[in-house]
Amino acid sequence: MSTSSPAPKLPVSLAANPRLSSWVRFTDHGRVAISPGKVEIGQGIVTALAQIAADELDVEIVRIEMIRASTATSPNEGVTSGSLSIQQSGRALRQVCAEVRQRFLRAASERLGVDASRLDIDDGTISGPGNVRTSYWELMDEVSLDHDAAAGPTAKSAARRTVAGHSVQRVDIPDKVFARPRFIHDLALPGLMHGRVLRPDISGARLIALNKEAARAVPGLVAIVRDGGFAGVVADNEAAADAALKALRKGATWSPGEPLPDEDDLAGFLKSQPVETTVIDTKAAGPADKPAQTLRRQYTRPYIAHASIAPSCAIARWDSDHVHVWTHSQGVYLLRADLAIVLKLPAENIVVEHIEGAGCYGHNAADDVALDAVLLAKAADGRPVRVQWSRHDEMSHAPFGAAMAVEIEADLDAGNEIAGWRHAIWSNGHAARPGRAAQPALLAATEIANPYPRMISTNPPAANGGGGDRNSVPLYDFPAWTITSHRLLTMPVRTSALRTLGGQGNVFAIESLLDEIAALRGEDPIAFRLRHLRDERARDVISAAARRAGWKPQRRSGLGHGVGFARYKNMGAYCAAIAEIESDDDIRVRRLTLAVDVGEAINPDGVINQIEGGAIQATSWVLKERVRFDRTGITSTSWTDYPILTFSEVPAVDVEIIQRPEIEPVGAGEAAHGPVTAAIANAVYDCLGVRVRDLPITRDKIIAAMERAP
Amino acid sequence: MPSIQFRLNGAAIAVDADPDRTLLDLLRGRLGATGAHFGCGAGECGACYVMVDGRAMASCEMPMWSVADKDVVTVEGLGTVEQPHPLQRAFIAEQAMQCGYCVAGILVSAAALLKRNPSPTEAEVRAALDRNLCRCGSHNRMVRAVLRAAAEMAAS
Repeated sequence: MSTSSPAPKLPVSLAANPRLSSWVRFTDHGRVAISPGKVEIGQGIVTALAQIAADELDVEIVRIEMIRASTATSPNEGVTSGSLSIQQSGRALRQVCAEVRQRFLRAASERLGVDASRLDIDDGTISGPGNVRTSYWELMDEVSLDHDAAAGPTAKSAARRTVAGHSVQRVDIPDKVFARPRFIHDLALPGLMHGRVLRPDISGARLIALNKEAARAVPGLVAIVRDGGFAGVVADNEAAADAALKALRKGATWSPGEPLPDEDDLAGFLKSQPVETTVIDTKAAGPADKPAQTLRRQYTRPYIAHASIAPSCAIARWDSDHVHVWTHSQGVYLLRADLAIVLKLPAENIVVEHIEGAGCYGHNAADDVALDAVLLAKAADGRPVRVQWSRHDEMSHAPFGAAMAVEIEADLDAGNEIAGWRHAIWSNGHAARPGRAAQPALLAATEIANPYPRMISTNPPAANGGGGDRNSVPLYDFPAWTITSHRLLTMPVRTSALRTLGGQGNVFAIESLLDEIAALRGEDPIAFRLRHLRDERARDVISAAARRAGWKPQRRSGLGHGVGFARYKNMGAYCAAIAEIESDDDIRVRRLTLAVDVGEAINPDGVINQIEGGAIQATSWVLKERVRFDRTGITSTSWTDYPILTFSEVPAVDVEIIQRPEIEPVGAGEAAHGPVTAAIANAVYDCLGVRVRDLPITRDKIIAAMERAP
Repeated sequence: MPSIQFRLNGAAIAVDADPDRTLLDLLRGRLGATGAHFGCGAGECGACYVMVDGRAMASCEMPMWSVADKDVVTVEGLGTVEQPHPLQRAFIAEQAMQCGYCVAGILVSAAALLKRNPSPTEAEVRAALDRNLCRCGSHNRMVRAVLRAAAEMAAS
């Protein structure tokens, strides 16, 4: 029997991809190639990962070349989502670089005849007493990195890091300012052709007949592709592709489609569908007195569009039975897995390479358009075909963030203290990403001859933060609770992952009701929250935000202040938000003050940028956003019909980071949405004395809430 | 196809083009200037803005015939790494973006603003950028960057 203690565990991404050389390579001209499996989606991840590697290897950050993820070369880190990239890729890289550094120090020690403990590394040059020196690049031929990582080597202590923990400028920004091609939309490939896909305006309609005559006459047309209900065009320039698609549309006959729910009664729809019910968590109290009263409140949020500024785009090129795909997908390996199913090809025949797109904020049409390009490129005779969706299709055929109805019953004792808490969620699943099931999740897979069924969205397990139930278990020390999630088994409106999954809706509900109970008690809402929180980091962000906002600012007519708090996924970043709103004809958010704790902030300005962005995006969701539809189809298919917050409407945003260098870092991209949503709703109450429980908070909703109020 | 003459980033050019094709299509296609981005095709998002005779305009719905004899400046014409426009320097200094897809159009709108109003107030900057959409929420950084560039231009 072994008596040795269990081996230290490798970070999860490293355990899955242990080969050191798959992460780090030294290259000629004094460069270091770092190859993460996570991708840049505008969140600054490649810079933060470069910082971690530079720190651990002791090289200047300018020597680091970040390699874009590709299934041909990169470690498989699944999907870039869930605010996990720093946690997963960052930890793996730190561990890898610590071991690489140790291996080079050992080799340098042998070559220089100096004990490794007496060697220093400065910008890649390894030196020791007596002015002896060598470098990573002198040693790179004799130090093999084709080894699996060991758990032994330890990374630098927080105090010895000089790059991580500091705000360095993002490596991708100069290209974007000087318009050097960096986006997939701008990729120039020899012989590039352009494709467009025909999609119905009627929800769920299937193409049943197609007259191709008019499209055939368009100059520049290369091919018309039809595969069952999937149809599209390939042309030698974009204008011709647009013209051919327009002509093709006129020749299309569609089946009647499937009716959509009533957009004005989302809760009624969500609560009337067949569901799969899961009890997420229960906490039992001892025998309790009968509650003095029970508050029963329902909160809803609409479907929300990802609405990337760029329409989704992909390029594919076939070479006999091999295909190369350029994509802004968040998960190159997962997309490859779905493509392999649809194409009935071994995965090795498919290379999926990441190129940056615009911000996606979750699972948008990035993966769908990749299959579109692959299908159209079959007709291009080995030439690359670039497919770009229209704004209309981006706003109607891409998955949406799921609508939610949340009902909370709070039992209050005679002193209006919370004695029991029941939280129930009705929502479609919040995830239908590719690469995770035996069936593909890609749109065209449901359209081709022998189509696959549309994948009904599911929820990630609670261990991964859950989906519709994300952030539904209170962080507060209520004596008892039951949390229940009802996932819809029908899906007339296509849903998948949007930033925070169910987190925004659940935090809105919990924090709104807490505010209401505090008001009922005549207790300050911050004092009330602090009284129910044991976690010091939670208390600290709330106190820091309160201090920074001068809580509670003096009452002024027409202004209101509100607070919201959450720890994202109950295991990620802590964030507290205080909103100052102004009510005139409409609600205007004037200022948001936030405090955030992500543990070690690798790039503090990057964290602030993410929190600012999340706060502003959440403000847009809360004040303006709602996917519109009638019974036959999505109607919010332009920026006019789906308005988002504009420059003049954007609030001032002030962010404080509580830096904890000794605590493992977590992501910041989704921490602000829930707290900001609740803070705005609570500020509306503070200002107008009315609780709006149905997002978005518009003038009409406020009037409706006032009419309902006793 | 008729030859259409105009100035592009300071150089006189003549292109044979269908007069109904859009300027954006020509820029991104045949002329290989991919700085201006397609966002909506309806002039609603600003990602494709270029300056035409000093005014920021949507190139995605601007027919080529309307460009004849005009002075067109795209983001590529604002400055280079060697000789950056103060706005480009300021956007780097303020780290004024997340994904950056909208930035080319926003730089153009801001450059047009500073041409007609070299010392705008914050409210004037916001108003000038209201036709440009940013989905990542980097608005306040961009406004700070425009004000920084204005201050730098005033000081030099």
